[in-house]
Amino acid sequence: MDIAFVIEKFVLVAIIFGISLLIAMYSTYAERKVAAFLQDRLGPDRAGPFGILQPLADGVKMFMKEEIIPSNASKWLFMVGPGLAMLTACIGTAVIPWGSDITIGDRVIPLQVTDINVGILYIFGVVSLGVYGVMIGGWASNNKYSLLSAIRAASQNISYEIAMGLSIIALLLVTGTMSLKEIVEQQHGWHWNVLYQPLGFLLFMICSFAETNRAPFDLPECETELIGGYHTEYSSMKLGFYLFAEYINMFVSSAVMATLYFGGYNYPGMDWVLLHTGPIIGPLIGTLVFFIKIFAFIFFFMWVRWTIPRFRYDQLMHLGWKGLIPLAIANIIITGIVIAIIEKF
Amino acid sequence: MGTSVFYFVATLSVFFSLMVIFSKNPVHSVLYLIVTFFTFTVHYILLNAQFLAVVNFIVYMGAIMVLFLFVLMLLNLNKDNEPLKSGAVKVVGVIAGCCLVVTLIGSLKATAVSDPVILRNPNLGLLKNLGKELFGQFMLPFELSSILLLSAMVGAVLLTKKEKV
Repeated sequence: MDIAFVIEKFVLVAIIFGISLLIAMYSTYAERKVAAFLQDRLGPDRAGPFGILQPLADGVKMFMKEEIIPSNASKWLFMVGPGLAMLTACIGTAVIPWGSDITIGDRVIPLQVTDINVGILYIFGVVSLGVYGVMIGGWASNNKYSLLSAIRAASQNISYEIAMGLSIIALLLVTGTMSLKEIVEQQHGWHWNVLYQPLGFLLFMICSFAETNRAPFDLPECETELIGGYHTEYSSMKLGFYLFAEYINMFVSSAVMATLYFGGYNYPGMDWVLLHTGPIIGPLIGTLVFFIKIFAFIFFFMWVRWTIPRFRYDQLMHLGWKGLIPLAIANIIITGIVIAIIEKF
Repeated sequence: MGTSVFYFVATLSVFFSLMVIFSKNPVHSVLYLIVTFFTFTVHYILLNAQFLAVVNFIVYMGAIMVLFLFVLMLLNLNKDNEPLKSGAVKVVGVIAGCCLVVTLIGSLKATAVSDPVILRNPNLGLLKNLGKELFGQFMLPFELSSILLLSAMVGAVLLTKKEKV
């Protein structure tokens, strides 16, 4: 393990971390602008041109607010909650391949922090840990509304995790590998997995909405029933962390969807572009394409939030257990049969 | 390097397992248990069993412990509404604990240190090799255990549907 390798990975991690935070920051701005657009308003436009400095103003406000810890709260866990939410949101980016390898001189730099051979399962594990931030925070607040929200979050997360796992199994039947890098390489050009697994993609996307607590599945922070849900008692930057973690989660799950089903950094005609732009610019164009796909998904998340009303809790459970899980199992069986037939002939 | 990391993680495992028993608040106990499971995941990675590590991470830390926490939060146990335990229960508990310690010491003394197991294939824990073993040599036990789990699941569903029988 030479020193250049360590520096290379360190720089890559720092860049990815910075980009995730920046995107999360501007997602808050984008969300308000998209909401304004969909509701025929202007949205924030006071701080800087087009309100472009609004996230900075919000951030300063969050830091300056008074920090309140309720007197009967479990103090230590009250502080662990938001930190855990932020941590689990950020570590998911470690296995996502951001672009094909860059060659500088005779040194090949992969644009991926680590390519473990159980990459999908790692993402899945991180997603399943994500609920602890909400649960611990909700319980530690010592508030009945927060507690109800924590319990809702737990049952929702568990229910939709099953359908999500089953939809991934069908994808694994097609790809035959769990390494995210290999999955992306297989989708070279326009052979995107969404063409082979349209139903699987739909199921995975619905479950991503539920796992990131986004509308129409944002039952844990349903303000008409639960005030603010699990972050009712939070103020200052701890509240900021919870809100921020939601946007980072959205960014990571958009990246995962783009990687698994929409070809990651692959695009039609990429060979021609790679040939004509060289080994440094070419992969970076791929990365740019990847980010365009991610932004499209983030926009879709927001579009849905401001279009579809929230589910009732029993509808949520009904959809998860009686709608998505049977569909996912049917998808696995059909995929298996089709693959068996193709291999036979 | 390898052994020192092992001893460090093993110390953490023992420490957090003890914290599970000694913490008064049941929710804290569960949280310590989650950390204990995390140290187990690290042990699996040290043994080069990546698949087992990730599955332990997802199933135990991500699913089962969420359900534990869910139930405990729903029950909302704390000191105020905990039923008082009588002195007799404590005495019985101490006696049972001492018996367990004696048995453990006795069985530890009786065992001889075995030779370290050397795997034919050191990469057995990787996903591909594990899958080939499970669906090749151990096909029948694997399928039987899955049927066992399925029947347990059906039984649990039936138990909750009492009123319709």
